[in-house]
Amino acid sequence: MSRIDVRKTYKLYIGGAFPRSESSYTYEVLDSKGKFVANAALASRKDARDAVGAARKAFGGWSSRTAYNRAQIIYRIAEVMEDRRPQFVQAVSQSEGLSAAKAGGVVDEAIDRLVWYAGWADKITQVVGNANPVAGPFFNLSTPEPTGVVAVLAPQDSSLLGLVSVVAPVIVTGNTTVVVSSYERPLPAVTFAEVLATSDVPGGVVNILTGSAATVGPWLAAHMDVNAIDLTGIAGDAGLAADLEVAAADNLKRVRRAPAAEPDWLLDPGLEPMTAFLETKTVWHPIGV
Amino acid sequence: MSSTPTILEDVTGSEASLRRFLHGLPGVDQVGAEARAAGLATRSIKTSAKEFALDLAIRMVDLTTLEGQDTPGKVRALSAKAIRPDPADPTCPSTAAVCVYPDMVAVAKETLGTSGVHVAAVATAFPSGRAALDIKLADVRDAVEAGADEIDMVIDRGAFLAGRYQHVFDEIVAVRDACRRQDGEDAHLKVIFETGELQTYDNVRRASWLAMMAGAHFIKTSTGKVQPAATLPVTLVMLQAVRDYRAMTGQMVGVKPAGGIRTAKDAIKYLVMVNEVAGDDWLDPDWFRFGASTLLNDLLMQRTKMKTGRYSGPDYFTLD
Repeated sequence: MSRIDVRKTYKLYIGGAFPRSESSYTYEVLDSKGKFVANAALASRKDARDAVGAARKAFGGWSSRTAYNRAQIIYRIAEVMEDRRPQFVQAVSQSEGLSAAKAGGVVDEAIDRLVWYAGWADKITQVVGNANPVAGPFFNLSTPEPTGVVAVLAPQDSSLLGLVSVVAPVIVTGNTTVVVSSYERPLPAVTFAEVLATSDVPGGVVNILTGSAATVGPWLAAHMDVNAIDLTGIAGDAGLAADLEVAAADNLKRVRRAPAAEPDWLLDPGLEPMTAFLETKTVWHPIGV
Repeated sequence: MSSTPTILEDVTGSEASLRRFLHGLPGVDQVGAEARAAGLATRSIKTSAKEFALDLAIRMVDLTTLEGQDTPGKVRALSAKAIRPDPADPTCPSTAAVCVYPDMVAVAKETLGTSGVHVAAVATAFPSGRAALDIKLADVRDAVEAGADEIDMVIDRGAFLAGRYQHVFDEIVAVRDACRRQDGEDAHLKVIFETGELQTYDNVRRASWLAMMAGAHFIKTSTGKVQPAATLPVTLVMLQAVRDYRAMTGQMVGVKPAGGIRTAKDAIKYLVMVNEVAGDDWLDPDWFRFGASTLLNDLLMQRTKMKTGRYSGPDYFTLD
């Protein structure tokens, strides 16, 4: 007797919970050969609004945790991902049409990248902060602080490694984020959300919306309570990118600009993905005499 | 002097007749009331109707600060905000009133001046109401003398729950008399039931009739100091009471839910209910109010969203 398929309709990840889209729309997710895999929630502007609210609420707690604690939590994400490795390998291979071996390599790289960023949590301050020499009896200290709520349009092609490579650098420094996943390949992001929900990351620190960056992006770019936006997910669409940059200018958002084409995610990312969403605070302190 | 309408005069004559009347009121169908309130809460209010509702809700807000830590500076800031809630937008209406403790009335009055925004004061040993009648009345007179346009009194819940309705009735009548100003005008009287302590919807209905017969201008759900505060079903029962009271006596009484209404979405649910249960005569700041503080910022945020087409954030509105 053949078993009946368990049909899946995945949901969004907002504020640590998995709600359906406020619009109640879903869309079909196909594998690389065009075969139906599952339904995913189609995020609307109101889901984006709710996600921003959740991210804002989580910001105070997350940014005031010690860097050491944030490192532990991000390392924990890597641990849980490692446990779910087969599921990620299958999701990546289905979405991106890679062989199991190649997909395995991509998943390893994604996990390693999380571990790498976890290590940076309590080191980035030493690298980009400074004790500045000034002409007076003062300590002059510059320290990096998180920008706030960062909207991230995740890459369209690299559904897992790309996703991790844009999300981890944002949260490791204390920002909270609203992520719009790849439209055609959302399932690795959905599984990643399930990992986040079970790995000590406080609800609201990462919110994952599945849906179209072109639909939700403009609302996030114009949202006055979003402090920065990463446009990687609309790489190659210069027209849309320009529109979003204009919308983002209204409240002086930091913008990480859309590249002409999706970068090679296997390269060493460097510090730029982290420093793009940091503010520098400089304090003057009199030297006691 | 009581202001009970003639038709109800023999009801309020004695403790026994008052009890007979109040216990003779039809009981509230709890499940029905909750289902009706939940059903009305699903109405979708969009575009121009939403714009209207947001502006109306702003005009209905009693901007409230009732904390031990209130300072004259805070009351001045709040009053300034009540006059002009959104300084960036001159088309934004003022709120109905600011609501403060009696000792802050003078400060609020000074800032509000002739802006048309009223000063409401909570009196009668707010929020517990546990004091001798003389002290409660002195509290009211102080506030009225200082210039309060509206007095929010609390009923003696202990007496009400013990069934001493005449005591509660007489107290409301006495407070209403104390609301008389030198110039012959009355400060408007709002009667707070603290529905969170009344236990049942039947009691809410009885308290509503009792207060209306004693001459309340407004009936108000809660002090905001007890949970649960205002809820949709409780307000539904009170709106039914004012509707029926007008049908019987021709007199209109206002309703004020207070406490726990924090979002524009909630406020709009209340407005829908006012329209459907009591009627659109009550869709006016003279007859329906929201006792709130954080609600105003959310209303302003939604209003800004409607005007600009983009989502706003709490950074752009004053904290209070």
